[in-house]
Amino acid sequence: MNNLRQFIRSFGWPRIIIGLFLLSLFIIAPFVGVKVSTSLSDTIVRFGMNGVMVLAMVPMIHSGCGLNFGLPLGIIAGLLGGTLAIEYNFVGPVSFLMAIVFSTPFAILFGFGYSKLLNKVKGSEMMIATYVGFSSVAFMCIMWLLLPYKHPTMVWGYAGTGLRTTISTEGYYLHVLTNFLQFKIGKTFMFPTGMILFFALMALLMWAFLHTKRGTAMTAVGSNPVFARASGINIDKVRTLSVILSTWLGAVGILMYQQSFGFIQLYMGPFYMALPAVSAILIGGASVNKASILNVVVGTFLFQGILTMTPSVMNSMIHTDMSEVIRIIVSNGMILYALTRKSEVTR
Amino acid sequence: MSILKETGGQKFLGIIQNNAVPILFGIIVLIGIPLSGYSVGYLGQEIVVRIARNSFLIIALLIPIMAGMGLNFGMTLGAMAGQIGLIFMADWGIVGIPGMILAMIISTPISAFLGWMCGKILNMAKGREMVTSYIIGFFINGVYQLIVLYGMGAVIPIKNPALVLPRGYGIRNTVNLITIRKTLDNLFAIKIFGISIPIATMLVITILCIFVIWFRKTKLGQDMRAVGQDMEVARAAGIKVEHTRIVSIVISTILAGYGMIVYLQNIGTLNTYNSHMQIGMFSIAALLVGGATVNKASIGNVFLGVSLFHLMFIVSPTAGKNLIGEAQLGEYFRVFVSYGVITIALVLYEVRRRREKARGGRLLAQEQAENMEENT
Amino acid sequence: MAYQGPPVLELRNICKEYFGNQVLTDVSLSLHKGEILGLVGENGAGKSTLMNILFGMDVIQRTGGYSGEMLIEGKLVKYQSSFDAIADGIGMVHQEFSLLPDFSATENILLNREPHKRSFASEVFGERLDLLDRKSMVEKARIAISKLGVSIDSAMIVGSMPVGHKQFTEIARELSKDSIRILVLDEPTAVLTEQEASILLEAIKNLAAEGIAIIFISHRLQEVIDVCDTVVVMRDGKVVRTESSKDLTIAQIARWMVGREVTQHADRRQFDYDNTPTVLSIRNLWVDMPGETVRDVSLDIHKGEILGIGGLAGQGKLGVPNGAMGLFPAGGTIIFEGKRLPLNQPRAFLDAGMAFVSEDRRGVGLLLDESLDWNISFAAMQVNNKYLKRYLNGLLMWRDEKEIQKVALEYINALEIKCTSYKQKAKELSGGNQQKICLAKAFALSPRLLFVSEPTRGIDIGAKSLVLQALRDYNEKSGTTIVMISSELEELRAICDRIAIVADGRITGILPSDSPSEDFGLLMVAGQPMSMEEHA
Repeated sequence: MNNLRQFIRSFGWPRIIIGLFLLSLFIIAPFVGVKVSTSLSDTIVRFGMNGVMVLAMVPMIHSGCGLNFGLPLGIIAGLLGGTLAIEYNFVGPVSFLMAIVFSTPFAILFGFGYSKLLNKVKGSEMMIATYVGFSSVAFMCIMWLLLPYKHPTMVWGYAGTGLRTTISTEGYYLHVLTNFLQFKIGKTFMFPTGMILFFALMALLMWAFLHTKRGTAMTAVGSNPVFARASGINIDKVRTLSVILSTWLGAVGILMYQQSFGFIQLYMGPFYMALPAVSAILIGGASVNKASILNVVVGTFLFQGILTMTPSVMNSMIHTDMSEVIRIIVSNGMILYALTRKSEVTR
Repeated sequence: MSILKETGGQKFLGIIQNNAVPILFGIIVLIGIPLSGYSVGYLGQEIVVRIARNSFLIIALLIPIMAGMGLNFGMTLGAMAGQIGLIFMADWGIVGIPGMILAMIISTPISAFLGWMCGKILNMAKGREMVTSYIIGFFINGVYQLIVLYGMGAVIPIKNPALVLPRGYGIRNTVNLITIRKTLDNLFAIKIFGISIPIATMLVITILCIFVIWFRKTKLGQDMRAVGQDMEVARAAGIKVEHTRIVSIVISTILAGYGMIVYLQNIGTLNTYNSHMQIGMFSIAALLVGGATVNKASIGNVFLGVSLFHLMFIVSPTAGKNLIGEAQLGEYFRVFVSYGVITIALVLYEVRRRREKARGGRLLAQEQAENMEENT
Repeated sequence: MAYQGPPVLELRNICKEYFGNQVLTDVSLSLHKGEILGLVGENGAGKSTLMNILFGMDVIQRTGGYSGEMLIEGKLVKYQSSFDAIADGIGMVHQEFSLLPDFSATENILLNREPHKRSFASEVFGERLDLLDRKSMVEKARIAISKLGVSIDSAMIVGSMPVGHKQFTEIARELSKDSIRILVLDEPTAVLTEQEASILLEAIKNLAAEGIAIIFISHRLQEVIDVCDTVVVMRDGKVVRTESSKDLTIAQIARWMVGREVTQHADRRQFDYDNTPTVLSIRNLWVDMPGETVRDVSLDIHKGEILGIGGLAGQGKLGVPNGAMGLFPAGGTIIFEGKRLPLNQPRAFLDAGMAFVSEDRRGVGLLLDESLDWNISFAAMQVNNKYLKRYLNGLLMWRDEKEIQKVALEYINALEIKCTSYKQKAKELSGGNQQKICLAKAFALSPRLLFVSEPTRGIDIGAKSLVLQALRDYNEKSGTTIVMISSELEELRAICDRIAIVADGRITGILPSDSPSEDFGLLMVAGQPMSMEEHA
C-alpha cells in the first residue's frame, strides 16, 4: 500500500490519469466499431514521425537548460535542409540523407547562437526560448519570401519567387523510411520498420552519448551546476553543446516528420511545434531537469496514442470530434503540472 | 566607497542600454514612415484610434509587474472572460452602452475566478511566473473551447440561432458585435484638426489611469510593491505575500476582461476562437516597446508603447511593399518585430540583472587598488 | 548599577536541542530597563539560537521547541511566532539587511505599519484600500530617526544609501514601533566604518537612556566594553561569565570566549618549516563572496603541512578557498608549485593538482539526486580522465562503470561510509556520511594540496573525529598538504600544525597550534592587521 502510494507520488497523478485514459480508449474502441489494429498502426506511425523531435528535448533537459520551447529553431534548420535537398534535385532516399547533411551546418550555427543567448539568461531559459522560437519562425517567414530558391515544385508558380506554404515531398523523400522493410499483419496493421529503426538509431546514439565523459558532464551540469563547476566543468561549453545537439535533433526530427507526413510546411508551420514535443516527454515521466530515453519512448507513445485514439473513438461514441480540445487540455495541463513541481535539486 | 566609479562613456552606454528598446523602435518608425508614404493626418488618426482601442488592455498589465510577477501572459484569461460576456450580451440582444456594461458584469466573476486560479498556480511556480502564466493561457484556452465550442447551445442555453453553428451547438467562428460597434467611441467624439477623437473612450482610459495611480498610493498597492521587491522581507514584516500576489493577478485579469470588451467594441466583430490568443502578445510587446521592463512599468510606457508599436504596425506593410514590392513582407516583418522585441526585452532584463551581481567584485578590486595607491 | 523593579526580560534555565545535539544548556540571564547587555561568544556558542528563542522564530518550534522559562516584565511568555514577540515589544536588527532597495527610508521604516486614512473604496473593500497617509508616515519616520540621534534623509531610496545609513534605517524601523522595549542588535557595527560605528554606539547609549533595554551582540570586544553595562560570555551553549563591563579587558573576554584550557593533543607533531619548501603562496587576494568577503590576504603554505584557517563567521575565512578555487570572483596572485595560477577558473585550480571540499555540502559538494559512485568518481573522471575506457585512439571516452563501482566501494570501505549500496542517492545519506563522500571525491583526484572547508559542520561528534582522523591519515600517508578552514578552534588545534586567523577579510596572525587559546581569541577580534612575519 505504501509502495503504491509512493509510486503514485513519484509518477504523478496526471500521468496515471493519462495512462488510464488511453487504456480505456483502447478498451472502448472495439465496442464502438473502431479497429484496434488500425489505431495501433496509426499510433506507431505517429510515434515514428514525432519520436526524434521529442528526443530533441533530452540534451537540453540534461544540461539544465529546461524544456526546449525553442524547438522551432531546430525545425527551421531542418526546413532549410529539406528545401535545399529538393532545390539541388536530389531524389529518393538520397534526398533524405542530403536533407540531413544540408541541415547540419544550419543546426550547428543556429544552436551555437541560441546557446550563447541562453547562457546569458540562466534561470529563465524557458520563457526566452519560447520567444526565440517565435521570432525565428517570424524571421524565416521573411526569408522564405526572399531566398533565391528556383526549383519549380517549390516556388509560387505565378511569381516565380518565394517558396510555397506547403511543399510536397513526393518523389523526394516521401516515405523513404516508412516503406523500408515495412511489413503488414492482416489488412489493417502496418509496421513502418525503417522509421522505427531510424528512431532507435537516434535514441541509441543519444544513449551512447550520455555514457561518454562529455555526456556524464552534461548530466551533472543539469543535476547541480555548482557541483559541476566545482568539478572543473565549463558549464557554458557543456550547455552550448547540449543546445546544438537539441537543435540538430529538432532538424532531423522535422525531416522524419515530413517523410511520413508528405509535406514540408513553411512559414508559420513550425510555430506551435514545440508544445506537443514538450508535453510528450513530460507525459513520459521527465521533469524540468531530468529525462531519459525511456521517458521519450513512453511519452511519445502515450501522447500520440491519445491523439490518434480520441478522434476516432470519440467520434464513434458521441459523433463529435473533441480531440483538438482534449489535446490542448492534456498537453498544456501536463506542462503546467511539470512547471509547478518544485524541482528536486537543492541548490 | 560603496559608489562604483564609472567613466562618462560607461554612463552614456548605460543610458542607451536601459532604453535600447524604445530607441530601436523610434529608429524603425522614423525609417518606415517616409517609406510608407502615409500622411501625417492619416497616421495621427490611426494612432488615436489604436490608443483608444488598446490602452485599456495594456494598463491591465501594470499591476502584476508592480507585484513582481513579471509580464502577465495570463491576461488572455481575462480576454476570454470578456468574450464570454460579449457572447451572452449578443445572445440576449442587449445593445449599446447597456450591452457593454452587461458584458462587463458577466465577465467580472469569470475573470475573478480565473485570476484567482492563475494566482494560485503562479504561487506554486515562483521564479518562473512568466512561462507558467503563458502556459496557463493555453490551458484555459482549451477549457474555453470546450465550453464555447461544445457547451454553448448544448448545455448552456443560447437562443439566438445566428450565434450557433449549423450543427446545433457551439458558437460560430465570428460573432457580429454590430449592436455595440463603436458605441463607446462614438458616444462623444470630437474632431480636432480633422482627427476624430473618441472622448468617451479616452475618458474611460483616463479614469483607469487615475485608478492605477490611486491604487499605488493605497495600502494594498504599497504591499504589492513591497512583495515585488523581496518576498521574504515582506513576509517578515507581516504582509500576506501569497494573498497579495493572487489579488494582483485577479485585478489584472478583471481589467483585461474589460479591456477586451473595449477593444472589441471598436473592432465590431468577435473572432470567437482567435481574438484572445494574440491579444496578450501584442499588449505585452507594446508595453515593452514603451520602455517597460519585467519589473518596472509606468503609464508613460503604455502610451509611448502603443504609439510606437502601432506606428510600426501601420507603416510596415506599405513600407515593405514600396521597398521590395511585397506587402506580405511587411506583414511578416511586423510579426517578427513583435516577437523579437519581447525576446530582446527579456534578454536585456536578465543580462542587466547579472551585471548588477558582478558589481561587488568590481567594488572590491577598486577598493584594493585605492589602498595600494595609498600605501605606495 | 542598581536597577529598579523586575527585569524587562528574564531567561531561566533555557535548554535547546537540535536533533540530539545540546546547543543551549541552562542559560539564564536578566535584562533591565535601560540596560545594555553585551552578548559575546564564538560562532556556535549558542548566541543566535538564544536570540531565535527570544524572537519566537519558526525554526525553534519546528525543531521541537525549548525548555526553560522566559519572562517579560515578570510575566511568563511562550511565543508561537515572531509576530508575538514583536507585539510584546521585542525588536531585532539582523546582520543581513532586510530592507527593500527601491523603497525610501520612510517606507522601509514603516513597512506594513503605515498609517493610513479611510477612503471611499475602503468602505467597500476593506482597509487594504485605505490611502497611505504620507504626511504622518514622514513624521513618524522622522521621530524614529531622531531617537537614534543621527541624520538620514528619510526620502532617500535605500538602495542608493551608504551601508551605515541602511543599518540606521533598520534600527529606526524597530524604534518606530510604539511598544518597543527590548532591542536586539546582532553585529550592528560589522559593516560600518569607524566613524559610523561610533555614531551608532552613541545612539545606542541614547536609546538606553530613554529606557529601552538593549542586547548588543558583537565580535568587536572594545565596543562591547565601551558601550555595555553588563557582558555575558557564552561558550558551547552555556553562559560562562556574566560580568559588569567595568574594568574588563579584551584579553579577559577573549580568554573566556575560547575558554577550554589547552588540552595537549597527544599526537601533535613538530613540523619542520625550515626545511620544507613553500608549495602555495597567495598574495593580495580579494574575494567577492557574499557574507565572507576577503580583502587582502597573503599567505605561504609549506609542503606537507596541515594549515588551519580560523576566525569568526563572516570575517572572510571561507572566502579564501572559495576564491582560490574560482567559485567566487577573486583577484590577486596565487602561485602553486612555482607556477602562477589563473584566477576564476576552477578547472585551472583542479588541473594544477589541488582540490577543494566545500563547506556547502549540499549545494556545491554533492549531486544529491545521483548515486554515490557518480558523486565519488565524477571530478576525477572529468579532471584526470580516470575511470574511462578509450576507443578510437581516445576520441571516444566511455564511462567505465566497473572501475567507477570499484573506486566507490574502495572509499565506502576505507572511510566507513554507511549506505545501502553505491547506487544509493547522495541525498539519502546522513550529514556525516555525505561529508565522507565529499572527502572521497577529493581524495579520488589525488591532489597534492587539499582545501577542506568546515569539514565537521552539522555532523555529530562521533562522525567528527572520524572525519578529522581521515584527513590526518591522508596527509601522513600521501604527503598531501592540507589547508583546513573551520570555525571551531579546538578542531583546528587537534590536527593542524599552525593556524592562521582571519578577521575583517585579512590575516591577523599565524600561530603554532599549541599556542594558548587566549592568543587566538585576541587575533579573532583584532581590528588591526599584523604582519605575518612576526608570527610565522
